Amino acid sequence: MQSEFIMILPVLLGAMLGAAALVWWERRLLAFWQDRLGPNRLGPFGSLQIIADVVKLLTKDDWVPPFADRVVFTLAPLAIVAGMLMGFAVVPYGPGLHIIDLNVGLLFFLAMTSLAVYGVLLSGLASNNKYALLGGLRSAAQMVTYEVFMGLSLMGIVIQTGSFNLNDIVQAQEDMWFVVPQIVGFVIFLIAGIAETHRLPFDLPEAEHELTAGFHTEYSGMKFGLIMVGEYLAVILTSAIIVTLFFGGWLGPDFLPPIVWFSLKTAFFICFFILLRAALPRPRYDQLMSLGWKILLPLTLLNILITGAVLLAMEG
Amino acid sequence: MEVFLFYIAGFVSLTATMLVITRMNASHALIYLIISLLAIAVIFYLLGAPFAAALEIVIYAGAIMVLFLFVVMMLNLGRSSVDQEQHWFLPRMWVMPGILTTILLLEMIYLLVAPTSSAGISSSGTAVSPKEVGITLFGPYLITVELASILLLASLVGTYHLGRRYLRARREEIA
Repeated sequence: MQSEFIMILPVLLGAMLGAAALVWWERRLLAFWQDRLGPNRLGPFGSLQIIADVVKLLTKDDWVPPFADRVVFTLAPLAIVAGMLMGFAVVPYGPGLHIIDLNVGLLFFLAMTSLAVYGVLLSGLASNNKYALLGGLRSAAQMVTYEVFMGLSLMGIVIQTGSFNLNDIVQAQEDMWFVVPQIVGFVIFLIAGIAETHRLPFDLPEAEHELTAGFHTEYSGMKFGLIMVGEYLAVILTSAIIVTLFFGGWLGPDFLPPIVWFSLKTAFFICFFILLRAALPRPRYDQLMSLGWKILLPLTLLNILITGAVLLAMEG
Repeated sequence: MEVFLFYIAGFVSLTATMLVITRMNASHALIYLIISLLAIAVIFYLLGAPFAAALEIVIYAGAIMVLFLFVVMMLNLGRSSVDQEQHWFLPRMWVMPGILTTILLLEMIYLLVAPTSSAGISSSGTAVSPKEVGITLFGPYLITVELASILLLASLVGTYHLGRRYLRARREEIA
């Protein structure tokens, strides 16, 4: 119990610093893939750009529009960050390295990501602005849709492990990573993860060419900063969960400690998320929705059915 | 310790539920409803049902309430609806529901303090793992699960039917 309390601080620090570092890292990587330079002036490789950005955000005028719903408008960005940070509580970072070892850990992660939706929805609603409202509406429909497959795509793993506990799921991948038998589940979870974090190419709630900035049109200063941090936290959390569920978590050859394996794998998926942003165009909104309901949902159900049948046949 | 947590969560959920009823602004009422559901999830967890607690958040707070909020956003209720609500929501409406809930509250307090009470909170409740929930659901209660799924299927077909009629009308309009 004691050691688990001690874990809270490093995890919190790691997640926040990671999110801050991503602000710079994403711009550098995008620039690299697009044959540009990106921020390279401040400090080594431009890494002090983060500090410059924070100073800029903190000193900017933090404006609350007079027509907005003040209390909800202020609380909504907090809900985004809080929901995502809570999700980090169940991730196993190494053998015995976790904040809480819940026997419903996987469901806890799904619950926390689904609560983070409210931040987006309420910021759209409280802004009292047409663009923000449309962005919020889009994200509500998009996230409810993709939450369904996000949960169901993981049920194949739960069937194979026989547990919702994330530590058990990592242990069960000793012989083979779940990405091999659950390749369909992995692809669906990845797509749903992008849609849930509303990153490009699925960033339709904030599509700037049609909705100005979507749900955060009215936000400025550090409130906007919090929304950005929430988005980067979501990227880190989704990558960490993908690694835990499909790529063996902290398992790896002995020459590196488990936590390093975990961090390396997570970093790889964070870069993959950024590569997707650099490489793919944005679909139309109706295409996004019909892809979800008409293709991904039947595929997910089929995946659960086949996993169950194969397991039953192997046991019987 | 757990009893204290139980009472705190209970207090939060009761207060939030009261506020749901008394808010004039629909979106504020919904936020309190979400808080109330979260508090109930905490109570489930304390009573040794982590699976029910997680599902309470995933399904009620995470999905159903999002749809409620979605509808509130679609209707875009502004200042006028708040005024209307104020007009409808008069103090004399409180009398009957107030009396009825007070009776229920007294009954519950009596049950909690009565010496022969069997409804008291036991902090020694055993935790029920997700596996046990599954075995019970698909064992003795299988017929209930099947009936619930048939009910859901019926509502799905019904919704689809309503949507289809609307779509056909729209198509004829265009043509």
